[in-house]
Amino acid sequence: MLQIPLWKRVIIIGLCLLGLAMAAPNLFYPRVEAHNDAVAALEKTGALTDAQAAARAGWPDFLPSGLVNLGLDLRGGAHLLAEVHLAEVYKARMDAIWPEARKVLAAERATIGAVRRAPSPQDELRIQIGNPEQIARAVEVARTLASPVVTLTGVGQNDLEVTGEGDTITIRLSPSEQAATDDRTMQQSLEIVRRRVDAAGTREPTIMRQGQDRILIQVPGIGSAAELKALIGTTAKLTFHAVVGRGSNPDAAPGAGNILLPAADQDGLYYVLDQVPVVTGDELTDARPDTDQNGYPAVAFRFNPTGARTFGDYTAANIGQPFAIVLDGKVISAPTIQSHIAGGSGIITGRFSVQEATDLALLLRAGALPAGMTFLEERTVGPELGQDSIDAGRIAAGVGLVAVVGFMVASYGLFGVFAAVALLINIAMIFGFMSMIGGTLTLPGIAGIVLTIGTAVDANVLVFERIREEMRHAKGPARAIELGYEKAMSAIVDANVTTFITGVILFVLGAGPVRGFAVTLIIGIVTSVFTAIWVTRLMVTVWFARRRPKTLVL
Amino acid sequence: MAFRLKLVPDHTTFDFFKHAWLTFGASVVATIASIVLALVLGLNFGIDFKGGTTIRTESTQALDVGLYRGAIAPLNLGDVSITQVFDPNFGPDQHVSMIRIQAQDGAEAITPETIASVEAALQGVDPAVKFISTESVGPKVSGELIWTAIWSVLAATLAIVVYVWLRFEWQYSIGALAALVHDVTLTVGLFALFQIRFDLTIIAALLTILGYSINDTVVVFDRLRENLIKYKTMPLKDVMNVSVNETLSRTVMTSGTTLIALISLLVLGGDVIRGFVFAMTWGVIVGTYSSVFVAKNIVLFIGLDRNKKPEDPSAKFFTEGAPNADH
Repeated sequence: MLQIPLWKRVIIIGLCLLGLAMAAPNLFYPRVEAHNDAVAALEKTGALTDAQAAARAGWPDFLPSGLVNLGLDLRGGAHLLAEVHLAEVYKARMDAIWPEARKVLAAERATIGAVRRAPSPQDELRIQIGNPEQIARAVEVARTLASPVVTLTGVGQNDLEVTGEGDTITIRLSPSEQAATDDRTMQQSLEIVRRRVDAAGTREPTIMRQGQDRILIQVPGIGSAAELKALIGTTAKLTFHAVVGRGSNPDAAPGAGNILLPAADQDGLYYVLDQVPVVTGDELTDARPDTDQNGYPAVAFRFNPTGARTFGDYTAANIGQPFAIVLDGKVISAPTIQSHIAGGSGIITGRFSVQEATDLALLLRAGALPAGMTFLEERTVGPELGQDSIDAGRIAAGVGLVAVVGFMVASYGLFGVFAAVALLINIAMIFGFMSMIGGTLTLPGIAGIVLTIGTAVDANVLVFERIREEMRHAKGPARAIELGYEKAMSAIVDANVTTFITGVILFVLGAGPVRGFAVTLIIGIVTSVFTAIWVTRLMVTVWFARRRPKTLVL
Repeated sequence: MAFRLKLVPDHTTFDFFKHAWLTFGASVVATIASIVLALVLGLNFGIDFKGGTTIRTESTQALDVGLYRGAIAPLNLGDVSITQVFDPNFGPDQHVSMIRIQAQDGAEAITPETIASVEAALQGVDPAVKFISTESVGPKVSGELIWTAIWSVLAATLAIVVYVWLRFEWQYSIGALAALVHDVTLTVGLFALFQIRFDLTIIAALLTILGYSINDTVVVFDRLRENLIKYKTMPLKDVMNVSVNETLSRTVMTSGTTLIALISLLVLGGDVIRGFVFAMTWGVIVGTYSSVFVAKNIVLFIGLDRNKKPEDPSAKFFTEGAPNADH
């Protein structure tokens, strides 16, 4: 009758222990956090300072070290929602096409007449021709500018759409090319923002694309949104300099007309460079990962015509000399010029891994933000407020927990104790689960947990009330318990499925702190059903098998 | 026999329809009043929905709202509201205020320069002031958030109604819908009446209220369905009364524990989430009321087809064993 098979018991107890183990690190939050930071630092740099080594030793490696992330509203920090002006890139594209278009059309001047650019919306290029009756020919010529799109979705499409009406040719990006361009713009923007935020060295920034044209940036620990905006707003500056010398003294006097800059990838290495750059990144048109003649990863780049001329002249005069590629005030690479680089394209070799070459190409290409941004939403939370909220939440949860447990024990006696134990396990499991999936705890999330404390006993209450009722029908206690669980089940399932539905909708449609609330709510529902149905049942079963009471006092 | 706290006696036979005209009528009046309040007074929308900027300040000096207002007025920022915040958690020399500035024309989020000028102006009159948090939402995002909020409440309501319809009968889902509308409207009405700030977290509270209220309602419905099989000839009204009486102890217990937890949070949880917790506390109260006095009245009014084969095939799917083996 009232029995739970061994394998089920093992699973129930195992899951409870797992939850407790996963939740445990949160009790030692600062220590585990320091440990995790030290481990991350070790992975990144390969060396630890004494303080970091001590922090690492502060929490044993073999213990679980997952923590619940604290949301911005609890930790303090800044939140920005930026909208990227995607259309700016279309405009730049159209401006770049105009000289080419003029060239090919001018070659046909005899048939189509004089060409001139007509005013147009930002994302179009309009060209008026002298002989409107030759519009078909002009369109045909202009179409030669288009090239096929290489994307998964845009097979068979060209990157440009050319149409002619009256005396005007209209050129615009095809839908698939627009989509591809948007994607590229967003990726570049994300990468640049990420690099600039990382440069500030803050903990776990969240930088993600949201929807079509938005970027969400959340940086814990930063002073204010204004600071974060300043950090993102600085444009990346790429320059190529002549190298005068190198050294390890950060305070060395570089001499007149020179500057001293640190190496990006090597601590303690400094370059003395000619202050006037040979070429700047404004003149770079492309950069992509490539391989050198030995098959090692390298980065290929290409300058525009003016940049190419300057660069060609410089390299011809300085073969065997190093020159420095400087990005945002740091020397990212200082290769030696192997030969005269004519034609404005070349490759940067170095001891790159494939990943590094890809990143560098992206960085070069992504020197400046590809398009402007508008900030739609800014939030700054001071660390004091977050700490106050955590403290208040902790006290409220503690008081709520004690009161609910007292209420349950007063109402159901020993069964109330069972429910209370299940409730504690339930809370531990919420934290354990959140730590495991790296969930974020927000202030509404704390409210969600406190709410769960109140509602989690509901399933137990349903069962206990049912057992009381079944007892009244004068069945034996074992039968009453069994029937209590069986009959309460359908109400428990219905009640929790409906709450679960609202939780999921909150998660899907909510944002930020509200989503944090939804996560705790959903996890709380799952764990509370588990603890109420299985954990208390196990406790009741074990107790019953030991005592064999003739009647139940409930 | 050990001491047992029993809020509800073992066997109750309340007639929940005795004053139906009063209880149900009160609900109808309250619902209409809430709609009128929301339309006449309007809601005190937070920056999430209206756009604008809020700055939270903290100072060791006693707060003088007039002084702050005087300092900000020359900046010509349009509608600025300054309110003092009180909380039992604050220390004796902790004086907190919330400053709200309307969305500025032609700008999405407020510029750092504007915020800096406000901060400088306040520091001029109160050197001890600190700026604890600053939030700024542009009109574009706030416009979208309103729709997201409305959609999420509608979607949750619809999903619940469909679920109840699938698990029970369509009459039950109408009853559930009425209870949900009742709860949401009354909560919105209360926020309009007291002009409490209505922002995104309140929507989260509304959805939680939906979940809680339907939880209570479903427990009553579940018992009603079971009792309809048990008492085949008893009038529907009486079966409903029996069902509500049988589940009354549970309803009171669960509402009790939930309210205990929420009140603890309301008093001790700090002022930042007070509005959110207040909405939930109120929602639990009206949600409990609506599951006892609103949902089943609607079902009774529509009537149930009791000749229909009562066994719901999906019930077997969800329950373990044979639930009705003893009858």
